[in-house]
Amino acid sequence: MTRFWTRLFVVLTVILGVNYVAWRWLASLNWEAWWIAVPLVIAETYSLIDVMLFGLTVWNLKIRKPPPPAPDTATVDVFITTYNEPLDLVMTTALAAKDIRWPHSTWILDDGDRPEMRELAESNGIGYVTRGADWTPDMPRHAKAGNLNNALMVTSGEYLLILDADQIPEPDILDKTLGYFNDDRVALVQTPQYFINVPADDPLGSQAPLFYGPIQQGKDGWNAAFFCGSNAILRREALMQLGLVGYVKATEKSVRRALAASRSAIKKARRSDEAKNPLVEQMLNQVEAATETAQTELEAGASLSEITYRVRRKVDDAVRTLVAADFSALQADLEEIAAMELAHVGEGGVTTVATDAVDRMSGRDWSPLGALESVHAVLDAISVERTDEAQPIMPLATISVTEDMATAMRIHSLGWKSVYHHEILANGLAPEDLKTMLTQRLRWAQGTMQVLLRENPLVQRRLTWGQRLMYFSTMWSYLSGFAAVVYFAAPIIYLTLGILPVSSLSYDFFIRFIPFMVVNQLLFVVAGHGIPTWRGQQYSLALFPTWIKACTTAARNVWFGRPLGFAVTPKARQSGGPSWSLIRPQIIVAVLLAVALVVGIIRLLAGMSEPLGTLVNVAWVAFDLVVLSVLVKAVLYKGFVPENGPEHGGPERPEERNADAV
Amino acid sequence: MQMQFSYEVKDSYAEVKSVGRLNMVAAPKLREVVNEVVASGSSRVVVNLAETDFMDSSGLGALIGCLKAARQAGGDLRIAGVQPQVKMVLELTNMDRVLTAYPSAEEAFGDD
Repeated sequence: MTRFWTRLFVVLTVILGVNYVAWRWLASLNWEAWWIAVPLVIAETYSLIDVMLFGLTVWNLKIRKPPPPAPDTATVDVFITTYNEPLDLVMTTALAAKDIRWPHSTWILDDGDRPEMRELAESNGIGYVTRGADWTPDMPRHAKAGNLNNALMVTSGEYLLILDADQIPEPDILDKTLGYFNDDRVALVQTPQYFINVPADDPLGSQAPLFYGPIQQGKDGWNAAFFCGSNAILRREALMQLGLVGYVKATEKSVRRALAASRSAIKKARRSDEAKNPLVEQMLNQVEAATETAQTELEAGASLSEITYRVRRKVDDAVRTLVAADFSALQADLEEIAAMELAHVGEGGVTTVATDAVDRMSGRDWSPLGALESVHAVLDAISVERTDEAQPIMPLATISVTEDMATAMRIHSLGWKSVYHHEILANGLAPEDLKTMLTQRLRWAQGTMQVLLRENPLVQRRLTWGQRLMYFSTMWSYLSGFAAVVYFAAPIIYLTLGILPVSSLSYDFFIRFIPFMVVNQLLFVVAGHGIPTWRGQQYSLALFPTWIKACTTAARNVWFGRPLGFAVTPKARQSGGPSWSLIRPQIIVAVLLAVALVVGIIRLLAGMSEPLGTLVNVAWVAFDLVVLSVLVKAVLYKGFVPENGPEHGGPERPEERNADAV
Repeated sequence: MQMQFSYEVKDSYAEVKSVGRLNMVAAPKLREVVNEVVASGSSRVVVNLAETDFMDSSGLGALIGCLKAARQAGGDLRIAGVQPQVKMVLELTNMDRVLTAYPSAEEAFGDD
């Protein structure tokens, strides 16, 4: 029955929304003030698409029954990932993990490589893993994804329960979830993330009841439940398969690229001073011949290991032969000199070239080729060892700082199924101060935008359209920062300058706008079963600088290789007093809104603007100020004091919102 | 229990025999055996899969780890005697783009 009402309100929202936004585009734009009129209508279109994607999500809402019991042969590794969290926090989680009823091995994956952590783990009979010898300092570490990838190579459980250091699992977490894997196409079971250190009014918007509820259940209906990095169980086979497919792809790409670059590298080398040496020139000829053969073989479909082996073999042989020839010439010269100046030869007789010298001088670094960097780099890249990564197989995706989303998308691309199990089976800790919270949100948003820019879900051919749109929906919601700026600017502009982006605030406007707003709100009430969405609505607008920064830094990172300025989210509360400087842009906006309010009223009293326009915009400003007021609460929040016990508060992801202020 | 992996150093290569299931449990052992073979000076390794009736992605992952070890020691790792299920896994993961499956251990290094 709920499904019927949900779908009804989805349909109504879409019809009335399109009706309103189409009218806005076609009949209501104030072209004289196009510089605000066009941005506003674009922002409104953005919000309509956003709510349509939400509608699509909840259209297929899936409420699952408990799974059948799992076969008792299923083996599980429980991974607790940590970097710098306090030892006792990690141990609390680790000991709770050890007490999980289903037979399993518990492992602490300590990226901080702390001897005290190791000692604690070992004395409690808990496995301890740090990066292996392959993770040399010159290799990219890939944060949590690297940590998990490293652990996957040294453990062997069929399934992996992944827990953040603060997520304390219930003893029955595996009993309740492993049964889903009886379907051997299921690769992922995600359970909610719930935080116990959050007061009822959730000042930082930490809880995500809309996301870990209708949104995930809706995505589940499209077989697109997200992996959220913790409180999830994964099938090792699926991850390893992902690692292999990724390895083949990366290797083929790097070999192709190297072969394509070899021609110009050799050309460049020929122009260098070293190439004046006939020995080097002959080596270059050999390298050129080897790479040309490799190119032909690659087109003919030979395997990469064969191709790369032959190139290496040919180049090494050629270098060896030429170096040996060079040495024997040298030897002959020495002998000739000795013959001519026989009298001067001492006790030692004729000087001989050491036999291992040929070997040494033929080595990659010593041979004259070694001096030719461009050629050297090409030859290094014609390999199947994936020399740019610590380990060839990297199951968890490393294209984003939110490895979870990127990994899940690839799992879905390979045709695996996912499950969202809607029951809290682990209790975690949310950030207790604004600064940490902002860092965390920025990281999520940056990671999501990295995935969008690197592997746009809309063009992933092996995903179903439903899956593509489910991923795109989450990415789309992180663009809300730009819309928010327009929603703040438009009423300020009207109240201070009297410029209205809409051609007129008449009957035509209200008859289209109000019904849309009403069904839109009702959709959230119906789909959310009365889940609180106000906190999320506030944060999706109020954190606009964070969302914008995420978009710009992610774009700079993906397109220009600039660093993200990435930081691990600290679990302990940051000390110090209220830090107003964290929300400077929002304070400026709030001041501008307040000034606009005063100016607007003065203009009205002076007869410089019409009452209806002023009223609408004053209401709009008031709404914006109420939205921003959440930050005052957040800045003043002094951390969690367990008094009345925590309750479900507001939500935390930007998706956690009602429709934007359309 | 029967030894799952055994090896024999031949004239120009070392042959590692894998018997039974090469899965997530056996994968670390294979890596150990091959590392031992390579460390003892035989960097040309053939993994004979004629008696491997099942392989999963972890098994294949171990083969890649072994390939890397052999290559870094200046040699190579090749596979031979691939059975139907293993062939299927190779194709499913596109690993047949990387590894050539030779009919027999003797033929694996036949060309060089």
